Amino acid sequence: MRRVLLFIPVLLAVTLGIVLFAGIGKDPNKLESALIGKPVPEFVLADLHNPEVQLGPEVFRGQVSLLNVWGTWCPACRDEHGDLVWLAEQQGIRIVGLNYKDERELALQWLDRLGDPYQVSLYDPRGELGFDLGVYGAPETYVIDPDGIVRYRHVGVVNEKVWREDLEPVVRKFREDS
Amino acid sequence: MRRVWLMLAVLAATPLWASTSDVYPFDSAAEQERFNNLITELRCPKCQNQNIADSNSPISKDMRDEVYRMMQDGATNEEVTNALVSRFGEFVRYKPRLEQRTWLLWATPVLAVLAGLLVVAGIVLRSRRAAAGSPGLSAEEKARAERILGKDSGSH
Repeated sequence: MRRVLLFIPVLLAVTLGIVLFAGIGKDPNKLESALIGKPVPEFVLADLHNPEVQLGPEVFRGQVSLLNVWGTWCPACRDEHGDLVWLAEQQGIRIVGLNYKDERELALQWLDRLGDPYQVSLYDPRGELGFDLGVYGAPETYVIDPDGIVRYRHVGVVNEKVWREDLEPVVRKFREDS
Repeated sequence: MRRVWLMLAVLAATPLWASTSDVYPFDSAAEQERFNNLITELRCPKCQNQNIADSNSPISKDMRDEVYRMMQDGATNEEVTNALVSRFGEFVRYKPRLEQRTWLLWATPVLAVLAGLLVVAGIVLRSRRAAAGSPGLSAEEKARAERILGKDSGSH
């Protein structure tokens, strides 16, 4: 009996080790979105290109889309822009852009100069939809299914690796379902 | 002397512009305090180890604005917190809700105290039992101990 008790510290250490080991390599800055499995919040926002056109959540209906949150003030958005253009042009992915807390003029110049990967561009200068989505730092990229349900969120730069490993499997899954 | 007065005046003036109350005006001190409590209990999702009262990241400002706006609309503390949790996730609560995932977290202090009490009780019981059970050394042992300790060392 006494000998069995001696194993308690070992057991505790092993348990603690397993718990801590499971945390290694996880980036604590990446939070899972609270909106996974829920519809994109209601919104009415102007089209970036046509100020008089009002858009709502129906822009996500019908096919799987990526929703990319960006701004010209965001250096990491500049990093990923080329990859977004590649995704839109070479991979035929439908990307909805959410221009977040930005100025229309600057945003349009940026798209002119670097290429426009967005089939639809929402203009959110006060960050209203961004706030309802729980955006806490651009760039963020969401996968939205054909019913307008949020399925995945990636915080940070999208590149080929992120696309292959994280986004593409989700996109493919919801494409097949529809 | 004039310089000293000037410095004192500068020091006295600092708290005025350091306070946040002029950014978010409230009708009563109680509401002001409710606001201050709320923003110290909500965590900034961007800066992670700061509450939204201390953090000056843009997202924290948006969150403070939303807390203020909801309070002006008459929302309760719970409604405000829930509105932010539904957007940013459970992460923004500094006080996690008691649920299946968090009961162990809440119970750990109690469990630790109980375990400590058990250990102490065990030690006390055992030492008492030892004191009562063995009445010291037998006569033979005593004699041997004395011999070893050299009580009769003079005979050598």
